[in-house]
Amino acid sequence: MSAGHSALTLDAVSNKTGPTPEALQRHRDAQALAYRCAETVGAGLEAGVTEREVARRMRGFLRENGVEDFFHIPFAWFGERTAFRSLKGPWTPLHFFPTNKRLKEGMSYVLDCSPVVDGYVSDIGYAGVLGKPGDNRIFDALMRDLAQYRTLILDRIKAGDTLSEVYAAVDVLIAQQGYESRHKVYPGSVIGHQVGRMTQRRNMGRYAFGFGLRTLETLGREIVTEGIKGRSPLWAGGRASRHAPTPGLWAVEPHIGFRNVGVKFEELLVVTEDDAFWLDDDLPHVRRWQEQARTAEPVLEGAPS
Amino acid sequence: MTQDVRTLAVTVEGGKLSVRTYGDPSKPTVLLVHGYPDTQAVWDGVVSELVDDFHVVTYDTRGIGASKGPLFKHGYTLELLADDLYAVADVVAPDRPVHLVGHDWGSIQAWEAVTRADSAERFLSYTSISGPCLDHAALWTRAGMRKPTPKAAARSLKQALASWYIVVFHLPVGPRVAWRLGLAKQWPRIIRAIEGTRLDPSPTLHRDGSRGVLYYRANMLPKMRHPEERPTTVPVQVLTPTGDRFVTPALAAQAPAPWTERLYVRKVHGGHWIVVKKPALIAERIREFVQSSIATPGGPEPVRSLLRAEAKQGTKDRPEFEDKLVVITGAGSGIGRATALAFAEKGADIVVADIDAVAAARTVELVELLGARGYPYTVDVSSGEAMEAFANDVKATAGVPDIVVNNAGIGMSGSFLATEVKDWEKILGVNVWGVIHGARCFGEMMRERGEGGHIVNLASAAAYTPSRTLSAYSTSKAAVLMLSECLRAEFARYGIGVSAICPGFIATNITRTTKFVGQSAEQQERTRQRITGLYRRRNFGPDKVAERIVDAVRRDKPVVPVALEAKAGKAISRLSPALARRMAKIDPTG
Repeated sequence: MSAGHSALTLDAVSNKTGPTPEALQRHRDAQALAYRCAETVGAGLEAGVTEREVARRMRGFLRENGVEDFFHIPFAWFGERTAFRSLKGPWTPLHFFPTNKRLKEGMSYVLDCSPVVDGYVSDIGYAGVLGKPGDNRIFDALMRDLAQYRTLILDRIKAGDTLSEVYAAVDVLIAQQGYESRHKVYPGSVIGHQVGRMTQRRNMGRYAFGFGLRTLETLGREIVTEGIKGRSPLWAGGRASRHAPTPGLWAVEPHIGFRNVGVKFEELLVVTEDDAFWLDDDLPHVRRWQEQARTAEPVLEGAPS
Repeated sequence: MTQDVRTLAVTVEGGKLSVRTYGDPSKPTVLLVHGYPDTQAVWDGVVSELVDDFHVVTYDTRGIGASKGPLFKHGYTLELLADDLYAVADVVAPDRPVHLVGHDWGSIQAWEAVTRADSAERFLSYTSISGPCLDHAALWTRAGMRKPTPKAAARSLKQALASWYIVVFHLPVGPRVAWRLGLAKQWPRIIRAIEGTRLDPSPTLHRDGSRGVLYYRANMLPKMRHPEERPTTVPVQVLTPTGDRFVTPALAAQAPAPWTERLYVRKVHGGHWIVVKKPALIAERIREFVQSSIATPGGPEPVRSLLRAEAKQGTKDRPEFEDKLVVITGAGSGIGRATALAFAEKGADIVVADIDAVAAARTVELVELLGARGYPYTVDVSSGEAMEAFANDVKATAGVPDIVVNNAGIGMSGSFLATEVKDWEKILGVNVWGVIHGARCFGEMMRERGEGGHIVNLASAAAYTPSRTLSAYSTSKAAVLMLSECLRAEFARYGIGVSAICPGFIATNITRTTKFVGQSAEQQERTRQRITGLYRRRNFGPDKVAERIVDAVRRDKPVVPVALEAKAGKAISRLSPALARRMAKIDPTG
């Protein structure tokens, strides 16, 4: 999407109840910063580094760039943990926290961070592999196929589907591709959640269970207020998501896996009363797919028509 | 027998050997050495199978049949017997190496010959049937005793028990006299009783049986007491008959491993005299080995089962199903696809059949991501013709499968009276006929090949859990379950295992495609969504079923209920059929 087109869309948004163009720009900046963080830290990874060290590097990068708070603490997962699999037993929510697992050549990794800049939240996910293309064929295939979810989700939202219908459509695509849903492992099995601006200053920089206290407060409040309207700020497959998305910003994070490799993207989707669009198209994974389309890789078979 | 037979005599130290050659001498030579108490006639069946492609040679070993030999045991050392073998080879193929095949004592002699220093110039390959190198056997036994783990001890004990006759042959006078006094006359009856094999007794059997005892006396004790290290560079194929009463597969497979560079150990389904009972099978194994690039430089790639049979160094790291071929129907989705991936991950190559070409191609793509080979096929399993063509194509392209998973199936729910004839035809076509065709086409191939195999049929917990809403589906699955049980009983004799898998509520797309008879399209869609949601919340994925299928093959399990509800259903159907009947009246789709 060109900048000019974005500007037009933003005007359209400003007429609705959603965020103002200025607010969208601030969210976009926060998201760009978060992706810059992931790309920079990702490019600097070396064999032997631990998840904890990488999470620390992300936090350092963001703090240096003026971030005062996080929606949730930065996460880093390596190897089988990118597919939310523990080699030593069942996966529990505690397993999301960074560990001392070390990165190896050819291993996949996922970085997930959510800087809050002046109250404007972003939440991103970035998947990569230590090495060059071809070193991890499963990763390459997953990453290539992940592109379809970005298109599918936007198309279905624009078509007016409910969140739970989109969730089910994502499940069908995952089954067709022969992968597994890994976002179903997230708390509440969510594929996305609403974000907005956090204005209160209280509890800044405090965290519980990896999430900012402000996040939990906001989320808690939203679950109650939205619940009254029969809507949920959390996007999952159940009854609570049987409604069209609430206008505003949604962090969408399809996470797919195959055997011991998982990939995801996470970015902000803008939903208005009658339209929807991705907040920004100038993102690493989108550029990667555009590049692949240019070099004319064969179209994936098994894709839904 | 072909008229090409020529008889000649080869004079050797202390004897004169009666040699027969068959077929075109310009073709590669295959030299067959008989065992005890047989003569070269034991090879007759194998010879007629091989004669069109090879120059085949047999001979009576010294002192046996029409060959002359010394009267005392010093004239029957392996040294001399191996000299004989070289002498015959030098006469029948003076300027080029031959392919060697030995059975029983012929195999022991041939081992002696191929483990000589210059053997690679004389022999291109060696196929050993039921006769170990005595030195290898002695060293293997010693190694087992040095490290007496319970497993090694059990192996050695088993072999020792199987070798009882060797001890008997060392008793003075008795055994030789027994042959003369009527054992020879009884011999065919004894063999028929214990082996189920009909042997034509040779007119010289009484003499051969008695004379052959000298083979044992001249060699067994010296070799056991002072075994030598006897390596060889000749590629060796060891065929291990599964029902061999005299040489245990453990001995046959393990003893030569440290002393051979290229060793291929292949199970053959049969007893000790398999060369008589199944000559076509033995000839085929010889042909596959001899003609492949292993034994003939520039020959074609070895067949899959040979590749699999290669005993590699560090065999522990070898994937469990390496070089095995697995055929799976309905492998484009759900349990079929998960099973394809599970076997691929363990090294197998997969034939992916599905009615949906795109889905099959996608599974192949995933199989290849796991480093295995996949062959996509678009097949309607309910069509006998299509299945036959499919099976033949698989055989031609990828070989005879080792494992066949008849998985393709469809769902159907609703009242019996609302189920129309065409609904019945559809579900019985896929769920029952599909399994019948799969088992028929591939079962026949497996039987013919004689290496055994495994057939897995996907039944369902519905096969033994009645329900008012699943009359058609349950009927079809009950048929699959019973078919599997019957096949298991029938195919056991071919070494082919049969398993029925009975899954409960597994989250696959079967719920998205199930036909709910008697409902409008809109109602159906709603029911499908609801049931799909229920199954998803049950959260029992097809990958778990796939693991159970792999395990069923590994352990040859007869019936495998998968998931708690399937096990509970089975228990209820046994403990309280009345309760099962009451539960059958519940309508969960209503």
